[in-house]
Amino acid sequence: MRTTVVFTILMAALVVSAAAGVFIGAVAIGPGDVLGALLGTDSTSGTIIRELRLPRVLGAALVGGALAGAGTLLQGLLRNPLADPFVTGTSAGASLGAVIAVALGASAAIVPLAAFAGAIAAITLVWRLARLGGGTTVLTVLLAGVVHTSFAGAIVTLILVSSDRLALRLRAVLGWLQGGVSVISWSELAVAAAVIAVGIAAAVLLAPRIDAYAFGEETAAALGINLDRTTGAVLATTALLTGAAVAIAGLVGFVGLVIPHALRFVLGATHRRLLIASFPAGAAALVLADLGARTMLAPAELPVGVITGIIGAPFFLVLLVRSRRVIV
Amino acid sequence: MTTLCAREVRAGYDHREVLRGIDLDAGPGEIVALVGPNGAGKSTLLRVLAGLVRPTSGSVMIDGVDIATLDRAAVARHIAVVPQIFETLFPFTVREVVTLGRTSRMGTLGLLSAGDALAVRRALEELDSLDLAERRIDRISGGERQRAVLAMALAQEAEVLLLDEPTAHLDPAHQRAALEHVARLARERGLVVVAVLHDLNLASALASRVVVLDDGAVVRDGDPREVITAALVHEVFGPGLTVIAHEGRPFVLPAAQTAAERASRSAQVDAI
Repeated sequence: MRTTVVFTILMAALVVSAAAGVFIGAVAIGPGDVLGALLGTDSTSGTIIRELRLPRVLGAALVGGALAGAGTLLQGLLRNPLADPFVTGTSAGASLGAVIAVALGASAAIVPLAAFAGAIAAITLVWRLARLGGGTTVLTVLLAGVVHTSFAGAIVTLILVSSDRLALRLRAVLGWLQGGVSVISWSELAVAAAVIAVGIAAAVLLAPRIDAYAFGEETAAALGINLDRTTGAVLATTALLTGAAVAIAGLVGFVGLVIPHALRFVLGATHRRLLIASFPAGAAALVLADLGARTMLAPAELPVGVITGIIGAPFFLVLLVRSRRVIV
Repeated sequence: MTTLCAREVRAGYDHREVLRGIDLDAGPGEIVALVGPNGAGKSTLLRVLAGLVRPTSGSVMIDGVDIATLDRAAVARHIAVVPQIFETLFPFTVREVVTLGRTSRMGTLGLLSAGDALAVRRALEELDSLDLAERRIDRISGGERQRAVLAMALAQEAEVLLLDEPTAHLDPAHQRAALEHVARLARERGLVVVAVLHDLNLASALASRVVVLDDGAVVRDGDPREVITAALVHEVFGPGLTVIAHEGRPFVLPAAQTAAERASRSAQVDAI
């Protein structure tokens, strides 16, 4: 019952925040005109709504949902409530992949693919590093993530500065890297939506197997989990979701960390419930954060990653301090 | 009638051979205690029996089928392992933990049937843990948590139950209670039970058979009363221990210091 109530609230929150995202913006447009624009009336405000606000709201929703799903997967797999695509360096790897693709002049359709490749390379590396000492401990994962993020960040900067193609668009690329959902076309949205739908479906299917990791990998194997296959599938799904999110919005931190945490608080630990709920929760959260990003300093815009960072980083610290008691 | 047997099992890690040709048979209703000094290979043997470590040569068979030929889920339907670590940072309820025991029977969609729910309920009942079902695993006592993971293994409905130091984190009363549960299950369900036990006295009190491992080989295998003798304990565990009989069972105690030891110790103290 509680689960149904929580799901209903989350869906309602998503609808309300999406509506807020469409109706509110830097340019004041009356509610009547917004509705008219959604129904297809041709006007300046119609263009703003259809070509700017609506894709942006949908983009934010997809990115938030995907990151929250990826965070839930990583936390479950690593048995680490502090893991998410951002702190493990998976997002940084995806951004490196995307930047390389753009620098080489790849078409828009290739960029998400390159982001996925970057994400899977990063997450595999982090997974390997984290296991050097035997089991995966919370702190080694975080340290591996830190190292990876710095390394990928350095290479990204190197490419940005040395590539003529990117130097011309430095501001736009930097804005994207900071986490921004500003420039999204409908075709990009459609690709991302398809990829993220596949990712979330795979995640929901894998979820009960992730539960079996709760007491460690060896126990998971003893319970009947094929570790190589399941771990590989979870890492690939995480990379798929992270790659799609990063291709749209660059480095948006902490959504994948905060959302599973908050949900676990109300829904308990089973991953299927968490994963189904994490999509609307993450989506609503990022739509609201993006609304804040574009209205707080209007007409100037903040990258949405600034908002999630300002809220998420202190949250992360609180969790770190609290979990130090239990973590070795 | 299920039997678990290991034949000529050799295994190790990174070129270091830990097990050097182990033969072991265990039948239904039996509680086999694996004992031996630290580093003798007890835990490795248990992991080999569970199919978690591949032997470098030899085989482990359940009812004549080599488990190396089965996939993980199939092995888990025959062999359950009670984990030594049952700490988690996630707020699973006891019922959810016990439900993990059904993982090997899950289809591709990961859905559970009414039969699965029933098996979970039965496992909880058998360990008197039904009242714990909705409690959070991280908020119950060590003894209760031990019962929960035992119920998880039981919910696997496997014929073989393997335990690695199942009582390591429990006080003496809970140690005995946990093993008493295991003993009852072995009798009632006809389970094959193999447990690594550090405590020779628990082995003596509750096991039907004791297998003594030393340096990767079986040095004795038999009834606790015949195996746990002063000579064997001295040979395998070294000096300083004494074996006494109590209620027809052998028990191992640290030997009291002899007069000579006391004298030499006080001489040392004087010298300082």
